[in-house]
Amino acid sequence: MNLNDILSNPDLLPWLIPVGPLLAFFIIMLATNRAKMVPATSHEYGGHHPDYDGMKVPVVTLQSRILSVTVGMLGTLTAWVLSLITVSNAFGAQHFGEEVFGDRLNWLATGVGEFTMGVLVDPFTTVMLIMVPIAVTMIFIYSIGYMAHDPRQSRFFALISLFAGAMLTLVVADNLLLMFVGWEIMGLCSYLLIGFWFEKESAYKAAIKAFTTTRVADVIMLLGIAYLYASAGTLSFRDILYNEAMLEHLASTPAIILGGWGLSAAGLIGVFLIIGTIGKSAQFPLHVWLPDAMEGPTPVSAMIHAAAMVSAGVYAIIRMYPLFEAGGNPHAGEFTTPLMLMAIVGGFTALFSATIAVAQNDVKRVLAYSTISQLGFMMAALGIGAYIAAAFHLITHAFFKALLFMASGSVIHGMEHGEHHVHEHHAHDEHDEAHGHDDHHDHGHHFDPQDMMNMGGLRKTMPVTFWTFLLGGLSLSGFPLLTAGFWSKDEILADAWLGLTHGFGAPAFVFIMLCLAAFLTAFYTMRQLGLTFMGEPRTEEAAHANLGQGIVSFTMTLPLIILAFLAVVAGFAGVHPDFPLFGAIFSPEHNWFHHFVGPTLLHEPASIDFSIVPVLFSFGVALGGLGLGYWMYWRKPLEAGQPDPLVSILGTVHPVLKNKYYLDELYATLFIQPSQWFARVVVSDFMDHGIIDGVLHLIARVFTWIGDLIKNLNIWLIDGVGDGIPELIAIFGTWFRRIQTGRIQQYMLLVVIAMIVIALIFAVSSGFLVQAAG
Amino acid sequence: MTILGIDVLSFLVIAPALSALIVLLLPSGSKAIVRWAALGLAVFIGAVAVVVFFGYDRTNPDYQFVVQVPWFELLGASWHVGIDGISATMVLLTGILTPLAILISFEIEERVNMHMALLLFFETGLLGVFVSMDLMIFFLFYELSLVPMYFIIDQWGGPNRKYAATKFMIYSIGGSLGMLLATQLVGWTAGTFNIQDLSQTWPAFQGAEGVFLGIDINTVKALAFVGFFVAFCIKVPVWPFHTWLPDAHGEAPTAGSMLLAGVMLKLGAYGFLRLVIPLFPDVWVAQVDILGVIQTNWAGIFAFLAMLGIVFGAFAAFGQTDIKRLVAYSSVNHMGFVAIGIAVAALAYGQAYVNGGTEYTQDAIFAMNGAVLQMFNHGLSSAAMFLLAGGIYHKTHTRDMTQYGGFWVKAPIYGAIFIFTSMASLGLPGLNGFVSEFLVVRGTWPVFTWLTVISMLGLLFTGGYILKGIRAVLHGPFNMKWRGYNLEIELREVVAIAPLLVLMLVTGVVPNWILPVINDTVTRLLGG
Repeated sequence: MNLNDILSNPDLLPWLIPVGPLLAFFIIMLATNRAKMVPATSHEYGGHHPDYDGMKVPVVTLQSRILSVTVGMLGTLTAWVLSLITVSNAFGAQHFGEEVFGDRLNWLATGVGEFTMGVLVDPFTTVMLIMVPIAVTMIFIYSIGYMAHDPRQSRFFALISLFAGAMLTLVVADNLLLMFVGWEIMGLCSYLLIGFWFEKESAYKAAIKAFTTTRVADVIMLLGIAYLYASAGTLSFRDILYNEAMLEHLASTPAIILGGWGLSAAGLIGVFLIIGTIGKSAQFPLHVWLPDAMEGPTPVSAMIHAAAMVSAGVYAIIRMYPLFEAGGNPHAGEFTTPLMLMAIVGGFTALFSATIAVAQNDVKRVLAYSTISQLGFMMAALGIGAYIAAAFHLITHAFFKALLFMASGSVIHGMEHGEHHVHEHHAHDEHDEAHGHDDHHDHGHHFDPQDMMNMGGLRKTMPVTFWTFLLGGLSLSGFPLLTAGFWSKDEILADAWLGLTHGFGAPAFVFIMLCLAAFLTAFYTMRQLGLTFMGEPRTEEAAHANLGQGIVSFTMTLPLIILAFLAVVAGFAGVHPDFPLFGAIFSPEHNWFHHFVGPTLLHEPASIDFSIVPVLFSFGVALGGLGLGYWMYWRKPLEAGQPDPLVSILGTVHPVLKNKYYLDELYATLFIQPSQWFARVVVSDFMDHGIIDGVLHLIARVFTWIGDLIKNLNIWLIDGVGDGIPELIAIFGTWFRRIQTGRIQQYMLLVVIAMIVIALIFAVSSGFLVQAAG
Repeated sequence: MTILGIDVLSFLVIAPALSALIVLLLPSGSKAIVRWAALGLAVFIGAVAVVVFFGYDRTNPDYQFVVQVPWFELLGASWHVGIDGISATMVLLTGILTPLAILISFEIEERVNMHMALLLFFETGLLGVFVSMDLMIFFLFYELSLVPMYFIIDQWGGPNRKYAATKFMIYSIGGSLGMLLATQLVGWTAGTFNIQDLSQTWPAFQGAEGVFLGIDINTVKALAFVGFFVAFCIKVPVWPFHTWLPDAHGEAPTAGSMLLAGVMLKLGAYGFLRLVIPLFPDVWVAQVDILGVIQTNWAGIFAFLAMLGIVFGAFAAFGQTDIKRLVAYSSVNHMGFVAIGIAVAALAYGQAYVNGGTEYTQDAIFAMNGAVLQMFNHGLSSAAMFLLAGGIYHKTHTRDMTQYGGFWVKAPIYGAIFIFTSMASLGLPGLNGFVSEFLVVRGTWPVFTWLTVISMLGLLFTGGYILKGIRAVLHGPFNMKWRGYNLEIELREVVAIAPLLVLMLVTGVVPNWILPVINDTVTRLLGG
């Protein structure tokens, strides 16, 4: 079969979608990542690395830099083009949803059967194939500029290519196992990219934290996969989820463990899989890795927070949704265990992390907590059965969060630029006036380009960044009618409200939590915008912050503009047809998003009737939060040296929020330190060295004593009786004497004997056991 | 198939020993000639092993390349060799790893002839075990493999080599003694050492009305079982018989560690699959009371110990600061998955034998497929890990990881390979280890559900120690102590590890290049 056949066959085409970026990874790693050696003191090896006096270090050559960027871009563009072809195929297909694109191959021999690997494009995959490649491509373009001076840019492009390839693999997978492959490779990529500046302690610690925390969830998810495979005999999505008999079977079988609690097989599998998502999508209590994950270069944060990693968690749940719902019906008030878990965890996380975001001063950290909170929105929505709304929010969130992260990256880049400027300026001063050295030195050391308290007034020097950041922020806040965030968030609230009016507990809980969270979201977004862009610069660096000119500035600005456009218009794809005015304009026949994605499920979710109450709530919380933020941070912008007004308002609560409820400290005390102690002291020293080896050595000592006794006896016998005693004993004795040359050699014999004795005791006793039993 | 006039399996067993003799006789003055000759011979033998693997016809249910020649007729033993899918996989693994270990041994400067000869001689022992169809031959080669490894550790090992070599020897011989008795008991009773025949006759053997030598037949069988069980538990190693391993692996020279972890541990697992499961189906499932409280059977006990190996192996590795000991403990962790897979297979096989059927057939096929594939995969990744650990030890002369730090700055290629290999060892999906671990978990879950749940703790800490290793070696600011050292991986080492890396990736992406060979044999054995 030649390439043309594959390209023209919509069933086979999805195979090729992840290939471009994956190939790019291998090409860059093996071919275009060449380094030259430069002194470590050279400016080419600066930035995030310590200086190594007089040592030469490898720095990627310019040629490799250009080639790697080209290869990486080509890989992702190929993926984009192929995705677009697939998307257009999907739009053109009849009864899409019932009919899907897909293909499978035998992959693993399992007894007489085979496990098949395959690809699947259904309506939900299609919308992901619209979102992911766009976001990824924007991130790639942005990285060209952002990483232009990094000594390891080739490696960076290789890794984000692998990242993108893994995400696309996950999206087109037709079974849970292949999805898990993409899932875990993304975990590896985020580990490597968070720790990209691996010489920094904070970076590698964050990387390890991310990998370990998500692994807690992943090993449990692996159990879910194994259990599902054991119960269903397949892991193919369509075979399980589009098959009512199968779902019924899973929902009516009691769980293999904990079945006594009334849990069904589907329930337990669902709980295991959801725990996987709780880790991946950073939900309480496994959210702690995500805020630290911004130690990586900013494009990575955008990748993790928007296009790939955390979206994958929610994607997986949406993908497997019928399994979680099996045996219940959230619209009739029957919530299965997995649904309840999602509603509670999602609703709680949404509000919980929004409260933390309020008190953060790091520009990226605020966004990190907002991601956790928004993912909580999606989880909660899924918990109450708002399938379409969650999927919709996943897409709109990806656009505005990618935008926000990259815009914040521009801010940081601009601030570093300003810092550089000030640095040079001071250096000149030193030459001229021969003072201020210490000043500047201290200054350089303590200056944090990510701290919003050091910013202010950036709208003047970085206007494009300001306006795009503003649009992204408004979208995140759910600014009514004009932003994508409003429409998707509103849909979630509408669903929750519907459940609430029926008197169901879970939707009521979710509605309240999400309204509060949405209010805080609007507030902290305004706070962030105000502190960063409004008023006058609070530091000299902020006054000089800008992106400069040329390719760096261009590649870092273009993606912002494109994403800002999407952060506004993407919401119009999912407007309720009965929404006043907007419904008539954007959804004359039906809600496009709902209509297109709905058939992904065997039972298309019903549209809910339009209700004005949740819309009013949406208006209220968004405008209320924005208004409060405006009143506190825009009306009278903070001046240099002035404390954050929030500190005095919140009083003793503020440190708790600022320190993230001390969860990191709690986990360190409860889990990390005990496990390190257990590993080193208990298992290695006490158990292996102390007990097992100790017993062996003890037996050895006992036999040494017996050996000495026999030896002395021997000598006595030989001396006393002479040659008459059988030679055997003499040989035995000499042999023993030879063994006496060192302690360790003694053990040799002794442990042999010991082992025989142990084995005999073991054998005889077990023999008796068997005898007794049988 | 014959080579140089002798059948191919006998050739595979004899050729390494002959090569060892040739290498010994070469003039010791020119190290280069000795090294290249040893490598050439090992590559040739490896090529034959590859041919044998691909020449094995998995659809044919019989043992293949079988040769039977009378040898010790008085005892009923014969030179009887042949392979099934499981042995074919192990032969392939041995054939691949030995030349790579020899290539790594190029860094040995003292008594090169002897070192190379011992490695080749070791290969004879390993291949002999994997191809033998006669219990006596099996035992002979099983013991034979100990001797060269003892000297390799004792003569070329690290600072604490004497203790490690002795401990290794004592442990192994301690296990072998019981095995020798059991071998004699089984062979003498049945009047043959033919493993295939024994698999039929020994389980059915009832003595004279349930009494044999004046002892209840079940007790006799249990004694024989324990003889094999302990020997193979030590070799695998199954917790708590593992404490020889960190010392031996830690102190052995790089090539020794590679072959120890890569192949030698598989002798134990292979022994379970070849002997203990087929010979003792009834003992595996016989009820055992522990202190009158817990009722279980030997398969359950074995699974429990395997779980402890997974969990404690991971924790112990996490607690190390010596890089080679860390990698060594990772073997305890990984071989635990082999062991728990074997436990499932043993349970299902035993139930099918005793009750005429079992509900776990399909699960056991998954688990046993996974166990055998894990043996192969662990061979690849542990050998590669030891190669990398040995490489850095050779360059810095310390195994203390706290002395390392930031090596990725100066050794980017080494860093990339180190991470790749670590990830294979960690079981990252897309690489080899995941496939086998997934199969084992899938197979074990319905049978030993709670043990599977607890062993996930081990899988979690696998991540812990792998990341700890990467962190200690590669991350952090470069330790300026090593400023003048060339830490980058050498070309020779890259050549030696490249085949392993390729196999890890290929097995992870297309496991069906090897799994059907295993699967067909396993399926036939378990009656799926």
